[in-house]
Amino acid sequence: MHGRPRKAPKPEDEAASSAKAQKLRALQTQFFTFHHNKIYTKEAVELSAKLLEINPESYTAWNYRKLAVEHYLNLPDCNPDSIKSVLDDELRVVENALRQNFKSYGAWHHRKWVLSKGHSSIDNELRLLDKFQKADSRNFHAWNYRRYVAESMKRSEQDELKYAEDMIYTNFSNYSAWHNRSVLLSALFEKKAGGFLLKEKVLPEEYEFIHQAIFTDPDDQSGWFYHLWLLDQTVTTDSPLLASSWPGHGSDVLLVGDRCYNGSAFSPFSALHSDSGSFPIVLYFNQPVGGVNSSTVTVECGFNKNEDLFWKPLSASNSQTARVWVAHLKVPSSDLHSTVEVSVGHSKGIISTRGFVYSHPSMFSFKVHVQPMERDSSQVSVAENISLREENFKVYGTQSEESIIDSFDQLIIKNGHETTASNWRFEALAKEIECFRELLSLVDCKIGKLTLARLLKAYDAMSYPFANKLVHSEEVLELYSDLMKLDPTHYQFYKDEHSIVLLQKYKDSASSAICDPICLRLNNLSLSRMGAFEKLLWVQMLDLSHNELQSIEGLEAMQLLSCLSLRNNKLRSLTTLEPLRKLKSLRILDISYNQIGDQSIDTTRYVCSSPLSHSVGSELNRDETVTSDVALINNWEAFFIFKDFNLNQLDIVGNTIADEKFKSVLVKIMPKLKQLDGKLLD
Amino acid sequence: MDDIPPYPPIDPTTFDLIVIGTGLPESIIAAAASTASKSVLHLDPNPFYGSHFSSLPLADLPSFLSSHSTSPSPPRSPSSDDPNEFSLLEFATRPLYSSIDISTFSPNLLDQHSRKFNLDVAGPRVLFCADKSIELLLRTGTNQYMEFKSVDATFVGDNKGNLWSVPDSRAAIFKDKSLGLVEKNKLMRFFKLVQGHLAGEQDVKISEEDLQSPFVDFLNKMGLPPKIKSFILYAIAMADYDQEDTGVCRDLLKTKDGIDQLALYNASIGRFQNASGAFLYPIYGQGELSQAFCRRAAVKGCLYVLRMPVTALLVDKDTGCYKGVRLASGQDIFSQKLILDPTFKVTLPLGSSPPLPLKEKLPFFSLKDDKGKIARGICITKTSLKPDISNFLVVYPPRSLFPEQVTSIRLLQIASNLAVCLPGMFVLYISALCNDDDQGKKLIHAVMNTLLTVPLDSESNAAVQSETAEIGSAVQDETSESSSGGPSDSGEEKPTLLWSALYSQELTLGQVDFICSTPMPDGKLNYNDLIDTTFKIFQEIYPEEEFFPETSLENPEVDGDASPET
Repeated sequence: MHGRPRKAPKPEDEAASSAKAQKLRALQTQFFTFHHNKIYTKEAVELSAKLLEINPESYTAWNYRKLAVEHYLNLPDCNPDSIKSVLDDELRVVENALRQNFKSYGAWHHRKWVLSKGHSSIDNELRLLDKFQKADSRNFHAWNYRRYVAESMKRSEQDELKYAEDMIYTNFSNYSAWHNRSVLLSALFEKKAGGFLLKEKVLPEEYEFIHQAIFTDPDDQSGWFYHLWLLDQTVTTDSPLLASSWPGHGSDVLLVGDRCYNGSAFSPFSALHSDSGSFPIVLYFNQPVGGVNSSTVTVECGFNKNEDLFWKPLSASNSQTARVWVAHLKVPSSDLHSTVEVSVGHSKGIISTRGFVYSHPSMFSFKVHVQPMERDSSQVSVAENISLREENFKVYGTQSEESIIDSFDQLIIKNGHETTASNWRFEALAKEIECFRELLSLVDCKIGKLTLARLLKAYDAMSYPFANKLVHSEEVLELYSDLMKLDPTHYQFYKDEHSIVLLQKYKDSASSAICDPICLRLNNLSLSRMGAFEKLLWVQMLDLSHNELQSIEGLEAMQLLSCLSLRNNKLRSLTTLEPLRKLKSLRILDISYNQIGDQSIDTTRYVCSSPLSHSVGSELNRDETVTSDVALINNWEAFFIFKDFNLNQLDIVGNTIADEKFKSVLVKIMPKLKQLDGKLLD
Repeated sequence: MDDIPPYPPIDPTTFDLIVIGTGLPESIIAAAASTASKSVLHLDPNPFYGSHFSSLPLADLPSFLSSHSTSPSPPRSPSSDDPNEFSLLEFATRPLYSSIDISTFSPNLLDQHSRKFNLDVAGPRVLFCADKSIELLLRTGTNQYMEFKSVDATFVGDNKGNLWSVPDSRAAIFKDKSLGLVEKNKLMRFFKLVQGHLAGEQDVKISEEDLQSPFVDFLNKMGLPPKIKSFILYAIAMADYDQEDTGVCRDLLKTKDGIDQLALYNASIGRFQNASGAFLYPIYGQGELSQAFCRRAAVKGCLYVLRMPVTALLVDKDTGCYKGVRLASGQDIFSQKLILDPTFKVTLPLGSSPPLPLKEKLPFFSLKDDKGKIARGICITKTSLKPDISNFLVVYPPRSLFPEQVTSIRLLQIASNLAVCLPGMFVLYISALCNDDDQGKKLIHAVMNTLLTVPLDSESNAAVQSETAEIGSAVQDETSESSSGGPSDSGEEKPTLLWSALYSQELTLGQVDFICSTPMPDGKLNYNDLIDTTFKIFQEIYPEEEFFPETSLENPEVDGDASPET
């Protein structure tokens, strides 16, 4: 079935297929007549069977048969025998259709539907499946259906596992069989069935098993897919963990009043300006979770009631699960020195998208100092005060950044009990690293290199809290650089991965790029992607200029950002800016010299955020004033992005889209804007 | 012997070709000549088809072997009425088998069911699913007279009685438990290299220099570990002699030939959907093959007479040219061409010098036997050598059983589902090339001793015991250090021997002349070389005729029948 070259049709084949088409057309016309007139006579039903046996792809015919079955089952003289014979007929038609094309979705679906009626024996189904799976062992339709049948029959996972294993032994180049194995093992992990109680016992055996496939034929991809699943099982802890937070444990937060920025005077603290009388608490989990609310997360402080806190997920897809959650704590305008305690997960309710419960309650606390407004300072022009000019980095570069980083690590170690309890994960990864180093010494293999890079990264990430150093980052960077050369087709992917490792390494080495606890300079690193946000929650001013960023996904986690430069990157569309909509503190944005507007059709929209999220569209209808403005309608993407911004200052020059007309639209969308492309606005 | 019917007269008395003996080469030639519209008379002195390629009932095998072990004078020709026209050259039979050693440990059980056995005289033998014999069967439609089953696996044996499965395919390498990951990778890459080379991929072409070098050197160059080298050389390429000892190796495999062998093996695996392994075995035994070609010939008009000995050659007095043969019945039958099976040799009358033309031709009559001998053994057991698997091949590479073992020993276990023995029993065929009978016995006994329990209640047993003990002790000495930890062969019960036949067979090549002789079964596992020789003989006698032309295919749908029944 696979790996056989397609042959050009011979003239006689073409003649046969046109004859078939003619026959089919006649049948179809007649069929539609029956269907539209709701005729379910024996003759009509038989005609649809004939049609389906020639063309199993005819969805309408399957639906017609479903209607016909319903019709018969609702007849007054219907008895168990007649039901059975009607349904048996359906099974026979499906089987014949599958013989014609065993990859017909409609046919398999119809079979499921018939069986779900509960009148047919399921025992025959396995026999049928054996036949189809023998004919094409990789046919995923059959494997899908098999899972359905096995579940209906209550066939044990162990039996099915044995079947999948036999299929793998026949030919291990079988994605479907490996996939089924991962599904069955997942089910067994969840059940904690006898012998499968512990991942730590099963996974090493699975690694051993998949090595046989990978070493035998490293060019075969199916094994690598399974290995990737195993790696995921090894690295991902079942229950979600809190990876980091802002404010960090034991930190001091200094809040200064509206538009007053007087950081240097309070240099021991992370000063935060707040014009809304509140500051965010950010929780960063190691995997997307849902159920974060005031009952699962308790914030104890003297000036705010826990119940008033509203936790919001920060994700691009507007779903109710996210890795990052934020709540805004209101502060009184008077002098205040108070301790805030945040407890996460002491009462159950936080659940990962995989369905695992957050089971490691953790607590962190920090101090809040509120400084009332100083009116004098507020007179100074914003544009002069806050910008990403070199001197700002120097001005705020008074405090050593070590203390901040330490506080995050403390938090991680507090949460690390699962890591310490599961040495097997380390051992498994170490073994895998050794194994794939050996493979790469034998053969030059792209996917082997990628896997080794992934393993090393995972190992470093897992050991980070203990080693406090990314031991393998050089090796990983080298592997990705190598892959960029070897496999130009996937250059961008490797580049992105390379960027993230590079970022981690930079922060890890605490290089001079970090000038201040609130400012981070990451320019000229040829980054194509941002990452490691969990360690960057504290950043208020971020310089990402002169990189190769095409996307800023994940940036929404950096809730404190007030000043961001994306100058000279490769952002290609307005929708790539969507993460910025969630940054309520952002006042100054530089997106000059990008490629926004180069792409006539904004495909990123469908890549970055879920095409199913309609919330954007629904806002349009509510805002009648906007829909009447032609200029805004024509620039509706700009409208949706920029209308949520609270920008004072924007630089957009050097993008295709940024003509004078567009700029005038921007001014209209953002009435608060004070400065555009360096020019003060009225 | 009195109930042998009187020899029937044969009519007509003149043919294009007379073939004597119904071994596989003779049968193929008879079928090919009949297909080419020649009139053919096919005779066999035996009451069964197959001659030295036959499968015989248990009781008949010893008598067949011993009848060919001495040179009994063939029946004298009854006095001829008309001796003037021709010279008579008497036939003599050549001793083809020696050191025949039959041991019965379960006489009651076996005697009653002798006919339930179909024991191959020329075992162990299999057909590769993609080899020349299968091609010939399919091309001629002869497959319709036969049914096959798959031989399930190949193992390599060691001196501790272990059988290691041969990782002969991608799936087998994946599944193998004995190879390390690096070994698996190296072996699969080697297979891919060979496949790429065979597919003509430019970047993986094996150089001409490498192709002409010894295969073993090429395997070394590819960095293959000894274990894998041994698998490839002896269990896949089926090399006969120790390839790493040029002193004893009579048949050093070139890379080119080694690659061809791998290609054959590779093409054989998975060729037929219901055959899991690379090999096929005919139901009712290998003798079926000769018989099927005889049926093919008969369909094309070939005349068959069994139980018809031939006594003498009729030669033209003046020219010395072959004219015909005299049958045991006294009847003279004439033909232009004659094919003889290797049993016969022509004796010249004492004192008389042969006619001049014949004298020149005479050197061709003496069959060369410079290829040494082959030791064969047939054992019957009640338990399989390996549980859960009944039909399989085992190869003992050179030096795997004892240091002086210079040739591969091959063993084929065939179960009753192939209708070769009583239900629940197994027939083991063992063979090894050797220089003389003693060496051959030692090789066969070494395998038997490693795998089987030989009971002590037979008169011929003593010899076996003493010999195996000798080899066994040598083996023990060699392995005592390594095997101290594990009870490798004593832990599992070895199958008990019920019956065995050991014999040495002469290796004679086919001869080509105005009278041609066919070869004896060779030391190979399949029939490829024999079919090549047969084809050459046919070409020699009928240079103008095509060897089974494509048009001779009667039933174009036979391909479907080719797949073995399982």
